[in-house]
Amino acid sequence: MLTETISASGLEDILQKVVEGERLDFSDGVRLYQAEDLNVVGYLANIVREQKNGSIAYYIRNQHINYTNICNKLCKFCSFYVTPRDERGYVLEPEVIRARVREFRDYPIREIHMVGGINPKLPYEYYLDIVRAVRDERPQAHVKAFTMIELAQLERVAKKPLEEVLTDLKTAGLDCCPGGGAEVFSNRVHEELFRAKLDNEGWFDVARVVHRSGLRSNATMLYGHIETVEEKVKHLIHIRELQDETGGFLCFVPLAFDPQNTELSHLPPPTGQQNLREIALARLMLDNFDHVKAFWIMVTPPVAQVAMWYGADDIDGTVAHYEITHALGATSHRQALSEADLLHLIAEARRDAVERDAFYNPVVSSEGLPHSDAARDTNDVEATAC
Amino acid sequence: MLKQIEKKVVAGERLTVADATAVYFHSNLLELAGMADFVRRRKHTGTTVTYNVGRNINYTNICWVKCKFCNFYAAPGSPDGYTLPHDEIFAKIDELIAVGGDVPHGCELLMQGGLNPKLRVEYFEELFVEITRRYPQVYLHALSATEIIYIAHISKLTIEETLRRLRQAGLQSLPGAGAEILSDAVRDQIAFRKDTTDEWLEVHRAAHHIGMNTTATMMYGSLEAAEQRIEHLELIRQTQDIALREIGSGRGGGKFTAFIAWDFQPEGTELQSNWDRRKSTGAEYLRMVALSRIFLDNIDNLQASYVTQGSKIAQIALRYGLNDFGSSMMEENVVSAAGTFHLMPISEFCRVIAEAGYEPRRRNTRYEFIE
Repeated sequence: MLTETISASGLEDILQKVVEGERLDFSDGVRLYQAEDLNVVGYLANIVREQKNGSIAYYIRNQHINYTNICNKLCKFCSFYVTPRDERGYVLEPEVIRARVREFRDYPIREIHMVGGINPKLPYEYYLDIVRAVRDERPQAHVKAFTMIELAQLERVAKKPLEEVLTDLKTAGLDCCPGGGAEVFSNRVHEELFRAKLDNEGWFDVARVVHRSGLRSNATMLYGHIETVEEKVKHLIHIRELQDETGGFLCFVPLAFDPQNTELSHLPPPTGQQNLREIALARLMLDNFDHVKAFWIMVTPPVAQVAMWYGADDIDGTVAHYEITHALGATSHRQALSEADLLHLIAEARRDAVERDAFYNPVVSSEGLPHSDAARDTNDVEATAC
Repeated sequence: MLKQIEKKVVAGERLTVADATAVYFHSNLLELAGMADFVRRRKHTGTTVTYNVGRNINYTNICWVKCKFCNFYAAPGSPDGYTLPHDEIFAKIDELIAVGGDVPHGCELLMQGGLNPKLRVEYFEELFVEITRRYPQVYLHALSATEIIYIAHISKLTIEETLRRLRQAGLQSLPGAGAEILSDAVRDQIAFRKDTTDEWLEVHRAAHHIGMNTTATMMYGSLEAAEQRIEHLELIRQTQDIALREIGSGRGGGKFTAFIAWDFQPEGTELQSNWDRRKSTGAEYLRMVALSRIFLDNIDNLQASYVTQGSKIAQIALRYGLNDFGSSMMEENVVSAAGTFHLMPISEFCRVIAEAGYEPRRRNTRYEFIE
């Protein structure tokens, strides 16, 4: 029945391209953003989603660590950072990070996601130490750490080429990199919102070197602030071109801007339909990405769940200890979901849950992990993660 | 299977219970949305989504029924029990009018409470007469079937007599609360002291018969099976058929103006303590909305339950058959006592409706536009 709505919406040509696996262009993207009926866009995105991932909904048991909140970039959309002299600033010493990881030692975490502010006081050795700390404490989990922005900072403090920095990090135990800090690739938005931070070309240059070094990363787009539809479509196409070049991206994650407690707090937050449309657009434009993630912390668990029909195949994970959106004061966002919660969300979405590791390998058995029984439900994680 | 059901939907043919079961078990959520949106667009041409300026007042929390799914009530004699004094009720209505403005019957006053053994029909008559005298702006949408049955019982009146007397005092329509799941097998487990399926339906039939509108609801996700949800929808549809037949033959005059579904909110309830299920999710809500829209061919309006679902899922549900965002409520004490609740100002209603591509329009309780 939606196919009739698609013709009524004048999107038949896009349907045909999608069915035949043909790449969508800039004007297709703009039309999809402007199409009135969200479900038409969702229907198209779901075709691609099912072509690539069938009915699978991936989830992961993961832990987030934000090693410092001190940052000198002053991005207007961020409420997590404090400036270097602020008394609320913190830096987690390697021993503290070890202890955080140890807190979940009885729980089979597959990935530790570690990012932080650009804290000019931190020496190069610190970054290597914290990666080693996680790696030592949790040898079976993948270490996913440092956005392109942080890697540019590491290069600066290391005073050596990024290639060598990446070699050091890999030796210390780094497995892959997250996709944050991309925001929206538009000089206008960069100038207005995150001028002090690495610019668009800079982000690309770092990502290129990262992928060339054999490390894979995610990519993101922060939406819902001052960006235009055209800027978003260009962003997606830009990311797609880099993926053509390097093939190094694992997953794309649309990130919903939450205005609370930021310099842009006068803006309304993105609505549920917008959350779904951004996910659908990413799925439709990024034909060379295997995975699109609905990050439940930012869009709420039910929207992330419903997104499994709007292009997303990954609902993220249990996320023990996540502090960035927490800082945004989003009171309705819980800080952790148990595995049973995630499985229930996926089951009621009528999708097939698959536990994954950082590289989307299905976790088939928990061999080699301290506690392998799934019955060890993660309510203990909830208890400690607030 | 779904293709045949789609054909029926396009032809405007009534779905059977077997069709509804197939729809419920069809996994592709977008295909359900497509059918539901088709039905919605046939019933509501144009791109309007309505909302209502209203206030909820829970005049008493004293209740002896002790429903296992409820975390609002206080048993008679409990120190936590309250019955609001008239002055407090009037102060709340003043706040409603301050928001809703001086529109005749344009501000919905939803009054619901526990089954309080002290409150007989005279209490309500006196209160309603006074509200009506003081506030011509108010549309009095009050007392669920459960309350009506109890008031009739302790006042030694029939249901119809009770309804007529309350209408005389100013009551204009009945909310559909207390339906829960209209299946005695389920009701026996979650609220065995409360009215039976037949008793609930009888109140609504009696109200329709005397020309009073009501709404219908469903609280799913406690202990029922999918088949019992569908049985519930079927009973609502049959009851509406009777109402419409009476209207058609020049008798009666009342009907269900809207249907509203939400999921059981377990937190702190007696039922939660030995319950082997998990709280129902957003996708399930969208599925129930779509199914209701496709199946309830004789009910005009489907209202959101943003209070339980949040504005994001409620807004998404506008593409799953909803045409109405519900009431501004201003306060909520029942589901909020059991977990999730979200209230939002009218400006936020309008923003999320407009951002979904619809035109927000204020309505009254009779679903007539207010300019």
